[in-house]
Amino acid sequence: MASVSIQCISKDYGQTPVLRSVSLSIADGEFLTLLGPSGCGKSTLLRILAGLEVQDVGSISIGGRVVDGVRPKRRDIAMVFQSYALYPHMSVAANMALPLRMYRLSAFQRLPFLGRLLRGAAQITADIDMEVSRTANSLGIGHLLSRKPGQLSGGQRQRVAVGRAMVRHPAVFLLDEPLSNLDAKLRVQMRAEIKELHRRLGGTFVYVTHDQAEAMTLSDRVAVMLDGELLQVAPPQGIYSDPANRRVAEFIGSPKINMIDVVVRERGLIDVAGATLAIDSDIPTGTPLSLGIRPEALCLADHPGQGILTGSVRMVEHMGSDLFVHLDLAGADQPLIARLLAERASRIAPGQRLHLGVRADRVLLFTRDGQRLRREADLVCRCVTPLREVAG
Amino acid sequence: MSEPLVFTKARTGSSVIRRAPLLAVSPARRQALAMTLAGLGLAGPAIVFLLGLFLLPAVAVIFVALTDWQFGAVSFSFVGLDNYRELFADATFRVSLVNTAVYVLIVVPGTTLTGLAIALLIESGNSCRSFYRAIHFLPFMATITTMAIVWEALLHPTMGLVNQLFAAAGLPTANWLRNENTVLPVLGLIGIWQNLGYAMVLFLAGLKRIPQDLYDAADVDGADLWIDRLRTITLPLLGPVSVFVVIVVSLKALESFDAVKVLTQGGPGHASEVLLYTLYRESFEYLRAGYGAAIAVVLLGLVVSLTLINTLIMDRKVHYQ
Repeated sequence: MASVSIQCISKDYGQTPVLRSVSLSIADGEFLTLLGPSGCGKSTLLRILAGLEVQDVGSISIGGRVVDGVRPKRRDIAMVFQSYALYPHMSVAANMALPLRMYRLSAFQRLPFLGRLLRGAAQITADIDMEVSRTANSLGIGHLLSRKPGQLSGGQRQRVAVGRAMVRHPAVFLLDEPLSNLDAKLRVQMRAEIKELHRRLGGTFVYVTHDQAEAMTLSDRVAVMLDGELLQVAPPQGIYSDPANRRVAEFIGSPKINMIDVVVRERGLIDVAGATLAIDSDIPTGTPLSLGIRPEALCLADHPGQGILTGSVRMVEHMGSDLFVHLDLAGADQPLIARLLAERASRIAPGQRLHLGVRADRVLLFTRDGQRLRREADLVCRCVTPLREVAG
Repeated sequence: MSEPLVFTKARTGSSVIRRAPLLAVSPARRQALAMTLAGLGLAGPAIVFLLGLFLLPAVAVIFVALTDWQFGAVSFSFVGLDNYRELFADATFRVSLVNTAVYVLIVVPGTTLTGLAIALLIESGNSCRSFYRAIHFLPFMATITTMAIVWEALLHPTMGLVNQLFAAAGLPTANWLRNENTVLPVLGLIGIWQNLGYAMVLFLAGLKRIPQDLYDAADVDGADLWIDRLRTITLPLLGPVSVFVVIVVSLKALESFDAVKVLTQGGPGHASEVLLYTLYRESFEYLRAGYGAAIAVVLLGLVVSLTLINTLIMDRKVHYQ
């Protein structure tokens, strides 16, 4: 087990910057997820951690030891690849035994036929076989040891890949989108298994994914990456309810957060698509802002009034327990999406006029350039300067 | 309301089934027949060419091998297996068979290993890849008959570059193509030089198909020295390609003729006599077509058995990718 420290890592591919000064500390035994869309640099960061790629700038420490320039096998890490990268010509047992054979047997002892005759080789090989079969049994693939990867299902291959990583008890597990090749049902099941595995092994896990659900359900902390930058590192709930800026707010959450451009009418009041909302802040009159409202921060209202948005229903999506209602607001270029409880909103139909209340405490405020404006004390100490610039 | 509707549908369905046997050919059968005819029509030209160019000539050769036909003669008589009896009693043929085997044993491992080594070297570097590919592939494209002249000049006992270099380095020189101990190895080297590019291209294609992920996994698993990577991933995954290369190069080596014809004419003595050259001489110089055909049948047997071995091994060597 070990902590991981990533300091100011930058990496370019030719003219294209892939990572821009990324710094991150991962605690011993933590489950950290690198979350971001494809091409955001998360896999590159993982490969740099593994030692499969070299950073242009910055430093990596694992367990307090700087590992820059250290080969992957000396970093005490194991990796599960998106494609599983199982050796197709080897049986499951041989796949899982390979790391142990490489570490414990000398080059001569690994020689075919002859190697077995060398002193100690038979004993080490027997130990390795035993450990492989123990690990395989713990993953429920003990009966597959003699098969080749080509004869396994996707889920079984995934378990073999995890087994190959587990078998030598590394300090840090690196997982590169390990569930993305599985069907939806299996993915949910394997997600739970990975969570359980982390609990059982207690190692440090660095998990790369583009799937928010995986990031939210598995992680102790989520690191959101976009365009090679690390935007925010926080526990899943914090990422969702307290995003650092507009890009994080828009990336996390499905359906996407509603963003409405607004202007402060007077201190504490803003105009939103014909309605007036009271906000708990001190922003000067005339400041242009973006208002972020999560779909579930909207609720049905019986009649118009202060702080009530009114519009006509464009579309209704039934999701079982919830409904997603797309509402056209006067003056807004995109429909507002509200997540309403199905039992309360079962009779909503397209074309109907609907009144929606906004839970003021759940509203997020951003400057037009995407900076988050926090309320009260936060607002005063952190956002005054940019605000004045905006206002000026 | 819905029950009568279902009932009606069921009746309609059954009436169709009752009417079906009245038709001479059911639609499904008619379609199958049409498919078969279309298939035959499309494969027809290929079948005609295959029969005309390969199978019938092969049958003709097997037939001629049972006769004493002289090339150009108007009559012949059956001699049964006499040609084969004579063949295996003939010292020249036995020498030729042994020479061919030695030649194949030099050319096949030499070509395969050097081709693999060059492919690995080209693939491991980043610069001038196409240039290296091209220069190694050139000998395969060139006509050996013309290239033989270059080889003859290089190997010339007095003026040849090879002997001059050997002499300069203090190594023993030889009349490479006129010495019965050196002629077959030298022809073998020329064979390797000629087929190298072909093997290299096949290996390069095979290397390209190995996913980078596997090498990454091997790095993480501790197999990061080149010899470990080679043994763990590259060689096993090149297995099917290697079998193919071995078989194709064996076939080419078995049928080597032009270098022998141009450079040595089977000599000195019979030291470089190979099967195809013996066949050529018997059939077209001595005009013993029946005897030559028997040699051709032996050669055919070797080629067919190699191809069968190839198919059997290739079938077993299929991995998932």
